[in-house]
Amino acid sequence: MAVVFQKTRGLTDVETHYCPGCTHGIIHRLVGEVLEELGVLDEAIGVAPVGCSVLAYNYFNCDMSEAAHGRAPAVATGIKRLLPENVVFTYQGDGDLASIGTAEIVHAAHRSENITTIFVNNAIYGMTGGQMAPTTMIGQRTTTSPYGRDAATTGMPIKISEMLAQVPGATFVERVAVNTPGNVRKAKKAIKRAFELQLAGKGFGIIEVLSTCPTNWGLDPVKALRWLEDNLMVYYPLGNFRDYQEVENA
Amino acid sequence: MSKVLMKGNEAIGAAAIAAGCKYFFGYPITPQSELPEYMSAHLPRVGGVYLQAESEVAAINMVYGAAGTGKRVMTSSSSPGIALKQEGISYIAGAELPCVIVNIVRGGPGLGSIQPAQSDYNQSTRGGGDGDYRLLVYAPGSIQEMVDLVQIAFDKADYYRNPVMVLGDGMMGQMMEPVEFKDDLPKMELPEKDWATTGTKGQRKPNVINSLYLAAEELEQHNIRLQKKYDEMKQNEVRYEEYQIEDAELVIAAYGTTARIAKAAVDQLREAGIKVGLFRPITVWPYPYDVVKNLPESVKHILCVEMSMGQMIDDVRIGNEGQRPVHFVGRSGGMIPTPQLVVDKVNEILNGGK
Amino acid sequence: MLNERVILAGFGGQGIMLMGQLLTQAGMDENKEVSWLPSYGPEMRGGTANCDVMISEKPIASPIISNDATSAIVMNLPSMVKFVPEVVGGGYVFVNSSLIEEKVERDDVTTYYIPCNEIANDLGNMKIANMVMLGAYVEVTKSLDPESVLNALEKKLGMTKASLMGINREAFAKGAEAAREQI
Repeated sequence: MAVVFQKTRGLTDVETHYCPGCTHGIIHRLVGEVLEELGVLDEAIGVAPVGCSVLAYNYFNCDMSEAAHGRAPAVATGIKRLLPENVVFTYQGDGDLASIGTAEIVHAAHRSENITTIFVNNAIYGMTGGQMAPTTMIGQRTTTSPYGRDAATTGMPIKISEMLAQVPGATFVERVAVNTPGNVRKAKKAIKRAFELQLAGKGFGIIEVLSTCPTNWGLDPVKALRWLEDNLMVYYPLGNFRDYQEVENA
Repeated sequence: MSKVLMKGNEAIGAAAIAAGCKYFFGYPITPQSELPEYMSAHLPRVGGVYLQAESEVAAINMVYGAAGTGKRVMTSSSSPGIALKQEGISYIAGAELPCVIVNIVRGGPGLGSIQPAQSDYNQSTRGGGDGDYRLLVYAPGSIQEMVDLVQIAFDKADYYRNPVMVLGDGMMGQMMEPVEFKDDLPKMELPEKDWATTGTKGQRKPNVINSLYLAAEELEQHNIRLQKKYDEMKQNEVRYEEYQIEDAELVIAAYGTTARIAKAAVDQLREAGIKVGLFRPITVWPYPYDVVKNLPESVKHILCVEMSMGQMIDDVRIGNEGQRPVHFVGRSGGMIPTPQLVVDKVNEILNGGK
Repeated sequence: MLNERVILAGFGGQGIMLMGQLLTQAGMDENKEVSWLPSYGPEMRGGTANCDVMISEKPIASPIISNDATSAIVMNLPSMVKFVPEVVGGGYVFVNSSLIEEKVERDDVTTYYIPCNEIANDLGNMKIANMVMLGAYVEVTKSLDPESVLNALEKKLGMTKASLMGINREAFAKGAEAAREQI
């Protein structure tokens, strides 16, 4: 019988620990597929963060390094500078990247480290039990914003892609979502583009992926996808903020 | 090889390169900046990488990533910067990665001063990071010894898969002395780094660099394994110097810069017929407890001399096991004790004791 | 037995650190035990600069001078005020009299007044005032062979600045001459 579809070799057979309806699984698969399709899985070294995807080193079928909270871009810098021929990526959530790790991500972009960052933004701290993140929406209730996030005391949600697009060293910045089959395809295309630019030695690329957290949002998976569309995608518009051509022309 | 006159900080850099270290991640801070400066000039010439990170925190995490590739890597800083690196040092120890960390100590706490101090003894030997981990910590007493130990440190780091710290201070970093790069330093048989993350090349299963063990039983086993390694270090890595101890009535315990000052005091006192000796730990972890424990019968007092308010004195007391009174004299905040201060204290102790 | 402990002090830009390094290098080349210890900190950038140099037959225990300098070389007034008290009785003080009008008040030390800047100026290069002073110091203390110091300088200048050797040699000799006149 002809094989029409099979799991990517980019992922191991380990069953993930992610909650039902969480879109981390889709994003993992996209990264795994891209690494496999580009034929770089055996050259790849990934860096896992602290947060829900802390155990990503069990799921990606390549060499992996587990970093301290927020420090993945620094760890990836260390790896890539010593092994420039390898493909190096970080996989980070919004607590990791947009809060504790802002210095590391800004400076990795600033130096235009030739790495690729997958930034999973679900507007909440998942692993620790649903606390407010810098990316949490105004009015969104979390365990540390029980009355809803208030801009007066906690600021407005941080727009990482828009911010990094201002950093001269950022080669590729795109925000995608994985809430519909169409968006999943676009997300994969963006991830592939960022890795291709890395392979071409063009410098730092980041893909912000809007993701759901049904458990901590207190919604079922379908409603979570709808909430993502009605809230996150409104405040965090999808699209490309920077691409290599543009950097060249600038 | 012939002798060259070198500044401590630059000599460390040259020694690291001589030991095959081609990668350095740092951040400027007085009084160690000549070391990153030296590396920025020399590493590109040997096909290496020098990178000035955005912070000490980033620098140590770059070291974590770089060490994971199995290559020899180094970072350096001074006290408040080392405090920032503690998180990363704990991760490196936990993930069992080899690297060499240089601490050119300045006065603290907080921003403190930029003058020499030894108030990072606790930070270096007890660590500031979380968990049951240890560093092998060398405290050289001259630029020559620093150059030798830096080279040895890389071997030890590789052998034990553990971070090694070289503990100096502002004076050691800034001063110049003649040094010789020896080609007959002892070399160790080192295991292959089959754990490194270099890409599987399709030849092996993926390697993972990690310090996370969510299952308590697994983490305990990990800790027991680490402890075995630390026990092996205690067995094999203790280094020290004894000077005029045999018939001494009082032994001064001091390391690094203060050991030099204490030695001057010992010479001065011996000339006056006073029986004083010096015990100088070269490894401050593992500590030469047995030397303190087994000091000759003649020794009635121990005097600990430090450029701090008294940190190593705790280890001297542990080794002493209550056998003799342990005294202290020191300066802090960047002040350097004079030989005369030590001489006066010795006279005070011996006259008071009689 | 040789056991020189020299403080060299002045303001940033007078080549104080270099003077100390040349003595140290020369001592090393003569197979003596040596050390060089600079002051460091914000004062390095344009303020006062000083360093301690040890040249000895025996291994250097402490590289720090603490009221036991055998010589002080002071290139400006604040340095004289600060460091002359550090010299042991019977020691030497070398004063750059071009910039210091005051006299050393101690009578238990021997003081030499060397117009370093004037001599350097006469030779046509203000930057070599430090070499004038080194010439005086070596002439008086005999702690090093003059050629060792000049060789140390030659090494330091390297190929690109080798042409400056002649004028430096002259400055060194003039300094020695000025000191000889006062012995």
